[in-house]
Amino acid sequence: MLRDACAVAAKDLRLEWRSKVAVNQILPFAVLVLVVFAFAVDADAAILRRIAPGLFWVAVLLSTLLAAGRSTAVESADGLPDGLRLSGLDPAGIFLGKAGALAAQLLVVEAALTIGIVVFYDVRIDDPLLYVAACLAGTITLASVGTLYGVLSLGLRVRETLLPLLVVPAVAPVLLAGTRAHERAFDQVTGSGWSWVGLLAVIAVVYVAAGLAAYGSLLEEA
Amino acid sequence: MATVVELRQAVVLLGRFPALSGADLDVDEGEIVLVHGPNGAGKTTLLRTLAGLHRLTSGSGSVLGVDLGTARRALRGAIGLLGHRTHLYDDLTVLDNARFWAASAGVDELAARRALERVEVEPRLADVPVERLSAGQRRRVALAVLVARRPRLWLLDEPHAGLDAAGRDLLDGLLRDAVVAGATVVLSSHELDRARALATRSVLVSGGVVTPVGPGAPGAA
Repeated sequence: MLRDACAVAAKDLRLEWRSKVAVNQILPFAVLVLVVFAFAVDADAAILRRIAPGLFWVAVLLSTLLAAGRSTAVESADGLPDGLRLSGLDPAGIFLGKAGALAAQLLVVEAALTIGIVVFYDVRIDDPLLYVAACLAGTITLASVGTLYGVLSLGLRVRETLLPLLVVPAVAPVLLAGTRAHERAFDQVTGSGWSWVGLLAVIAVVYVAAGLAAYGSLLEEA
Repeated sequence: MATVVELRQAVVLLGRFPALSGADLDVDEGEIVLVHGPNGAGKTTLLRTLAGLHRLTSGSGSVLGVDLGTARRALRGAIGLLGHRTHLYDDLTVLDNARFWAASAGVDELAARRALERVEVEPRLADVPVERLSAGQRRRVALAVLVARRPRLWLLDEPHAGLDAAGRDLLDGLLRDAVVAGATVVLSSHELDRARALATRSVLVSGGVVTPVGPGAPGAA
């Protein structure tokens, strides 16, 4: 399974390297979200600092929708679902590989967004470990959900519009827990943020397990 | 000789449409079987059913000893299917595609490169994205993937389509070599003269029913 996962992840990252969609489109889009929301909400630095955790996760969520849509779209052309089915690749390995590649792209976006909120919103990260842990756990969930619902919508003509409809409700807990954890990482709220990271980790485990178990059946039906 | 394909009264419904309506087919190891018939007769459905991509609605069948009713997923990896689509990633280069699909069968890059040479893909195309290739070149790359993966059963739907004369001769040679190496081939084609010269026998598909034709078939003179 791990060998297959590495092959699929390498293929997806190579696809991204060749097409540059994440770097040239998704990443600038995520930064734009930060800037535009700042205009829309208020230019007051104190307000921007307060809403920075939530805006960070909203930008990550919107980027996830684009990246997951792209990750699904590349598998839908030229009979590729049949190719994957007949490849002999372990479906769990395909899921892990695709989710891993998606997670890697999202982490790059999150790194850029981190610079963005520090520069534009004047945020200071007081607990970097908590911040990074929340990012990692949240990213694993987002990538798993995006990959899982991506294959569910793979064979559908309404794929582009259906995917956000499926993903957004499923990752709402990530937005909530991620925002709470980052509020504490930015020292905006007292109390430990690790319980929220724990919640993010539990959600991540649930979705990774669901993906490993269900991806093969969903690919068959796509 | 071992039986590779065995279908008995196979019915496949696509929605409510009976794409196969009680098909019977036996293919032995080492055979090249031509499947022909009019458009919409069920040839593609037959090949996809043998690949395990369609469920049998009723009837029974096995491919390479795997029951199509209960265990069709176990076939994956042993089948090479080339249909109207080539299963290639547009944004990846020729070599990237060959390498990925070869790796998915546990085959290394050297074998992928040799397969590209075998199907006479020009070396200068190795680093060209597949989206820039002509239809014929894409088809050659798809054939290279099959050559690298060395499936036990080749299922080819109109394999000559899109290939130039040299490519068609090359394909015929590839299939003869594959059979010598122990593979079995089932192909559909509308180029009957060429395909008949290649095939060891033919079957006619019409209305979702498979009928043997030619010398040796029941009722043949």
